[in-house]
Amino acid sequence: MILATNLGFILLSIGAFFTLARLVQGPSLADRVVATDLLLTLLVMGIGVLSARTGEDTYLIVMVIVAMVGFFGTTMVARFIERRGA
Amino acid sequence: MIALVGLSELPVTSVISAVLIVAGCLLGLLGGIGVYRLPDVFGRMHAATKPPTLGLVLVVVGAMLKVNGLAGVTLLVLVILLQFLTAPVGAHMVARAAYESGDQVDEGTVVDELEQADPPEMFP
Repeated sequence: MILATNLGFILLSIGAFFTLARLVQGPSLADRVVATDLLLTLLVMGIGVLSARTGEDTYLIVMVIVAMVGFFGTTMVARFIERRGA
Repeated sequence: MIALVGLSELPVTSVISAVLIVAGCLLGLLGGIGVYRLPDVFGRMHAATKPPTLGLVLVVVGAMLKVNGLAGVTLLVLVILLQFLTAPVGAHMVARAAYESGDQVDEGTVVDELEQADPPEMFP
């Protein structure tokens, strides 16, 4: 279990690194919104791996809240792009 | 979930949970690589939405096997429901905004049905 969760954390970290590179260099604002959304999804997955590792249910409410906040942020910025352009 | 029946300490449960977690994290890594490598916004959005959703489901089911208590399992089910409801809606809104604000489609794209469409009709 410890080995599998360590491997999972490493894989998620590499994925988050690529996403962060896209977030920094993405040409348009929509690219950055997509990258931020994926970064929050990876964060939710990381909290899931952590709670599977320890067996506690302390951080599970954080998963729900982060997923909701990510959706609201994506929707808000999408509407902002639609109104402003570029 | 299994913890309710007192099976969460069995080795089989741990092995199944570990396999699910590693597979889910591989899908998360796939999403990251896709977002970095694909050529335009719409392809990146495809890579950022589909594989991580399946990966999140796998990781959450793997965590469900290890978390003890009914409250934790309920929250994990809520996470899956929330992701399934919000990920397509968010991706659709970002795609519409990106196309409407003049984000370029890659030259390798085969079908672009919005090209011949009348913009006021497509986006009321």
